Amino acid sequence: MAVLDMVQSLNRALREEMKQDRAVLVLGEDVGKNGGVFRVTEGLQKSFGALRAIDTPLAESAIIGVALGLAMNGMRPVAEIQFSGFLASAFDQIINHVSRVRWRTCGRFSCPLVVRVPYGGGIRALEHHSDSVEAYVVHTPGLKVVAPSTPYDAKGLLTSAIRDPDPVIFFEPLKLYRSIKQDVPLKYYSIPLGSASVVREGTEVTLIAYGAMVHECLKAAEIVQDRYSCDVIDLRTLKPLDMETVSASVEKTGRAIIVHEAQRFCGVGAEVASQIMEHNFLHLQAPVMRVTGFDTILPLPHLEKYFLPNAGKIVQTIERVMSY
Amino acid sequence: MQKITAQFQIPFLQILDESGKADQALMPGLSSGQIRELFEWMVFARIFDDIAIRLQREGRMGTYPPMVGEEAAIVGTAYAMKRNDWLFWSYRENAAAMMKGAPVERILLYWASDVRGMGWPGTARAGFVSIPIATQIPHAVGFAWAAKMKSEKYATVVMFGDGATSKGDFYEALNFAGTFKIPVVFVCRNDQYAISVPRSLQTAAETIAQKSLAAGITHTIQVDGNDIFAVYSAVSDALASVKKGSGPAFVECITYRRSHHTTADDWTHYRAAQEVEAWQRKDPIDRLRIYLKANKLWNTRYEKGAVKQMRKKVDDAVKKMEAVKPADPKEMFTFLFEKPTPDLLKQMKESGL
Repeated sequence: MAVLDMVQSLNRALREEMKQDRAVLVLGEDVGKNGGVFRVTEGLQKSFGALRAIDTPLAESAIIGVALGLAMNGMRPVAEIQFSGFLASAFDQIINHVSRVRWRTCGRFSCPLVVRVPYGGGIRALEHHSDSVEAYVVHTPGLKVVAPSTPYDAKGLLTSAIRDPDPVIFFEPLKLYRSIKQDVPLKYYSIPLGSASVVREGTEVTLIAYGAMVHECLKAAEIVQDRYSCDVIDLRTLKPLDMETVSASVEKTGRAIIVHEAQRFCGVGAEVASQIMEHNFLHLQAPVMRVTGFDTILPLPHLEKYFLPNAGKIVQTIERVMSY
Repeated sequence: MQKITAQFQIPFLQILDESGKADQALMPGLSSGQIRELFEWMVFARIFDDIAIRLQREGRMGTYPPMVGEEAAIVGTAYAMKRNDWLFWSYRENAAAMMKGAPVERILLYWASDVRGMGWPGTARAGFVSIPIATQIPHAVGFAWAAKMKSEKYATVVMFGDGATSKGDFYEALNFAGTFKIPVVFVCRNDQYAISVPRSLQTAAETIAQKSLAAGITHTIQVDGNDIFAVYSAVSDALASVKKGSGPAFVECITYRRSHHTTADDWTHYRAAQEVEAWQRKDPIDRLRIYLKANKLWNTRYEKGAVKQMRKKVDDAVKKMEAVKPADPKEMFTFLFEKPTPDLLKQMKESGL
C-alpha cells in the first residue's frame, strides 16, 4: 500500500502488467525516455527497454493502426494518445478497424488493445488539449470505454483493460492526474469493466457522473446535505454501461441528474437519461436533468470555468429537481 | 556555401518485355513448372473475376472489385512469398489472399455480402481485407513488428493501390517501418486510377516509389507490373532483404486497371476506350503465353486444361458458397466481443433474436 496520485497509480498498473506479461508494451509520443508528457509512463523504458516503452513518430493514426497490427500478432499494446483532441487523427483506425477486428473476422483475429487518452478541462491547457471526446467513441460498437475518477479505480480499471481480450479506450481525467492522492495497493487487484460504484449513499436524488465530475457531484452533495440526501454514482465504465446500479439508485430516489464536461447534445448523459426513462419511468418524481458543457466549442482556458459544470451548477439543478 | 546533401535514384526493372521476350540475364531462378504455375494462377485470377462479375450481374453476389489487367502484380507478389510470410491486402487483391490460403468459397462469400467470408478457419497466412483506403498498411507494419519482437522469421507483405499513397496512413506507416527497421515489404499496384481519378491527379511526384525514399526505405524499386517475372523477382529480392534485417522494402508495380473500379462503377464515364485498348496489348497473361510458347511450355491443350481446371475450382467454390446456410441474425452480436456484454445480450433478447 502506498499513497499515490492517479499518474502514479496508472504508472504502477502499467509496470505490474509489463512485469507479469511480456506481451504488454506501451507506445506513443514521448512515452519512452520522457516518460510521457504527464509522466504516466515514467521509468518504464528504463525498466523494460526501448522495445517495450516505445517512443513513436508523431503520427496518431499509425500509432493506433500499428498497435492494431501488434495486437493481431500476439502483443498487448497500450497506446497513448497525448491529448484528447488528437484522437481525431486516429478515428479512421479506431472506428473502421480497431472496433471490428474480431467481428469482421468472426473471431479469427482479435484486438486486445488499450488506448489511453488524457481528457477534460481544468488544467488550463492549450486549445485541442482539454476536449471531452468520449461521446464519439461510445457511439461505436465493439469498443469498451472507461473513465476513472480516483487513483485506486484508475489502477484497477487499467489492469482490467490491459487484460481484456477486446479493445478498450481509457479516458484519464487531466484534472485528477495530480489533485487527489489515495491509498493504493501496489500489488495486483482489478476492478471489472462495466461496473459503476456508489460513492455516496442518499435517498432523494441520484447524481450520476464520471471522471472529474464525480468530485463536483460529491461537493454538491456535501453543500446540500442538510436539505437533500444525494446518492452519487461514479459510472467508471461508460460502455458497457452499468444500468443496474443506476436503476437501483433511481428506483430509490426517484430523481436523477447526470453530469459531464462534454457537450450536451447526444452526450453520455442523453443515453443515461433515455435508459432511465425506459427502465424507471414509474419511479420518477421529476424529469431527468443534465448538467453538462454547453453545445459550444470548449473555450480556451480564459473562459473555461464558465463552460465546465461545477458544484454550484449542480446544486442549482438539484434545487430544480427537488422543487419540481 | 551550397552543396548537394543527398541524391536518390529509382531503379526500374523489366524482364519480360511487351513482345514477350525475356532478358535472360535478369531471369529469376524459376523452374518450367513454376513458370507454368505463375501462368495458371493468373488464369485463375482472370476466371475468378469473370465468374464473380457474372454472379454480381445475376444478383447472386454483391459489389465486386475486379483485378483484370493486374494479375501479374497480384499473383507475382503472392508467388514470391514463402509459405510462412503474411499478406495484408485490400479489396483488389483477392487472388493474392487465396494464394496465401484464403478459401475461394469464403472470398466469394464475403463479396456475396456475408461477413463470414472473412472468418475462414485454418492456416491461411493472410489478414482481413481492408475496404477503407491505406488503412491496412499500418496494420501490416504492426504485425511485422510483433514478429520481429518475437524473433519469428517470416516477413509481412502489404499491398495497396496508387490512390492509397496519397493518404496519411501510407506515409505514417512507411515512416514507422523505416524508423524501426520493421520486416515489411510494401507493394504498390500503381494501376493508374483511383475510381475515376487518374494517377496524374493523385500526385505530382514523378514516381510513387520515391515516396518511400522519404521514409528512409532504401530498398526501393519500380517494376513493369504487367511483367510477372519482374514482379516476382523484385518482391523476392525485397523479401530476402527485409529478412536479413535491413529494414523495410518497397516495390512499385506499374500496371493498369482495365475494368471498372467495382461492378457499381462504369469506366466509360472518365476514360477513353483507346486508352484501355492500349493496355490490353500489354496484357500480363498474353505476354507470359508468348514466353511459354517460345520456350515450348505451351500448347492449346495445356491452356484448355488449365482453364478447365481453374474454372472447376471456382465453380466448385461457387457451389459451396451458395450452399452456405444464411447467417443466424444473432451473429451480428456474437463476435463483437469475446463475450457479449450485458447491454448487447439485452438488445438481442429484446429484439427476439
